[in-house]
Amino acid sequence: MEFSYDAMRQFADSWGLLGMMAFFFTVIVMVLWPGARSKAEDAAQIPFKED
Amino acid sequence: MRNQVEAILVGVGAVLALVLAGLAADEGMRVHAWVLFGVLAIATWFLLRRVDFSKAKAIPLKADVATTEPFYNDTVVRYGVIATSMWGIVGFLVGIVIALQLAFPDLNIEPWFNFGRMRPLHTSAVIFAFGGSALITTSFYIVQRTTRASLFGGSLAWFVFWGYQLFIVLAATGYLLGITQSKEYAEPEWYVDLWLTIVWVAYLVVFVGTLVKRKEPHIYVANWFFLSFIVTVAMLHVVNGLTMPVSLLGAKSYSAFSGVQDALTQWWYGHNAVGFFLTAGFLGMMYYFIPKQANRPVYSYRLSIIHFWSLIFLYIWAGPHHLHFTALPDWAQTLGMVFSIMLWMPSWGGMINGLMTLAGAWDKLRTDPILRMLAMSVAFYGMSTFEGPMLSIKSVNGLSHYTDWTIGHVHSGALGWNGMITFGALYYLTPKLWGRSRLYSLRLVNWHFWLATLGIVIYAAVMWVSGIMQGLMWREVGPDGFLAYSFVETVQAMHPYYVARAFAGVLFLAGGLIMAFNLYQTIRGRLRDEAPMGQSVVEGAATPAE
Repeated sequence: MEFSYDAMRQFADSWGLLGMMAFFFTVIVMVLWPGARSKAEDAAQIPFKED
Repeated sequence: MRNQVEAILVGVGAVLALVLAGLAADEGMRVHAWVLFGVLAIATWFLLRRVDFSKAKAIPLKADVATTEPFYNDTVVRYGVIATSMWGIVGFLVGIVIALQLAFPDLNIEPWFNFGRMRPLHTSAVIFAFGGSALITTSFYIVQRTTRASLFGGSLAWFVFWGYQLFIVLAATGYLLGITQSKEYAEPEWYVDLWLTIVWVAYLVVFVGTLVKRKEPHIYVANWFFLSFIVTVAMLHVVNGLTMPVSLLGAKSYSAFSGVQDALTQWWYGHNAVGFFLTAGFLGMMYYFIPKQANRPVYSYRLSIIHFWSLIFLYIWAGPHHLHFTALPDWAQTLGMVFSIMLWMPSWGGMINGLMTLAGAWDKLRTDPILRMLAMSVAFYGMSTFEGPMLSIKSVNGLSHYTDWTIGHVHSGALGWNGMITFGALYYLTPKLWGRSRLYSLRLVNWHFWLATLGIVIYAAVMWVSGIMQGLMWREVGPDGFLAYSFVETVQAMHPYYVARAFAGVLFLAGGLIMAFNLYQTIRGRLRDEAPMGQSVVEGAATPAE
């Protein structure tokens, strides 16, 4: 593994960028997945379980 | 046995500070070591008086009639509420002083109290002392409630609280002594930076430890925002603070970076201090206190998750917009601008989520000034996150950069968003933490609300006029091709606006003082006899017949 500016820049512009985009869009898909609604509604009630 | 180890450690620290005062390589470190010795000696004295040799279980300190279960560690939160209110007053007061120094230069009292030293005192007092104490306090409260677990690490939470207060005292006294590493919002020198790093790691341990031992399977979204704030601030602080001290016994250090790299590192830090300290952390407060005060769950929990990840992914890139038209490569400036504009979406998504939580409960705004304060803070979040991306556009920035417009923008965010949501949180927390049925007076909250709002509106409007005028005067060229105005002419033209700005600060401070009085009376257990909000007091009905 090389840690020169060029090597790190190369990685950031390719696999790094792809990895972050993939992570982000996975999150979006998971959040909007049909079954996620009821879980989200349960989670939204958490502050009201304790005073 | 309680406080024994703590007293010994703090006492040893006091002795070491005294030794450091003797060995210090420069005047700054010598005075600072004396300050540290004084603070630690007082702390040792207090701790020694509180050493408790009984083997009984620890009972919460000063928890008179606390209704919250002793299960939670709320004493540190109570101290935090008081510290936050106190630092708020101090920070606003110093703000008025420096506003008046700009309007009336005779008020610059050299060397300790001139503008150059007082300005970081103001910014650090409001951002790190007031805002930081508010974040530590509310995060300790919220993480316990939403995980149904007490704080991890026993007295480590106390170390975080007092360690952070020590950081503030060292930073503030350092500025007045002229000790600075000259990085905006990161002025403390290397040894104070190291101390903050230790405190911050302890904060992370307490927070993550509490999340790990949670009894609620899901981690509520407010805690995500707090965790991202703690982790990111640690990363920013360590990288931006990379310096080489001249002497291990001296105050002065030099940055590990030079030139434009140093500038970019500084604004990568600086803008993300806005993004993660003043935005992500305070959004954690929004996602807890607005649902609680409105007694309704957040408008869309799924939107809050999208809000979180979009904010995290975008904010970190926005810093270069502070370096438009500088030696920073053009592509980096454009990158910063584009990411700033993209930030519009998550910011407004979050604002809509916060405001729409009130859907179906809008009438509460009429009768509940605390909720009104929280709603106003989210409205200011929306306004300042609209203005920020606009100012980051290069052609707008060409006019606004280095002018008072930027100062106005910062204050609509800091006073409006951070200030108002903190006030709302303090009003929510105080009756709960001290076991009171309600606040001393809701009508005083209403006064605070209007004074603060009026102060912010005057401040922002005055700085728009002054800043845009300043920018236009700087760039105006006469028919002969020379600049139309000298610098001092722009300063003269801005004088009335500087006076008006100081007046706006007085209004905001007056609101803060009313809050401090109201919270004090609430803690004392007093209730003001007053007509409920939303009902007009009928003329003559409140006074007995003569």
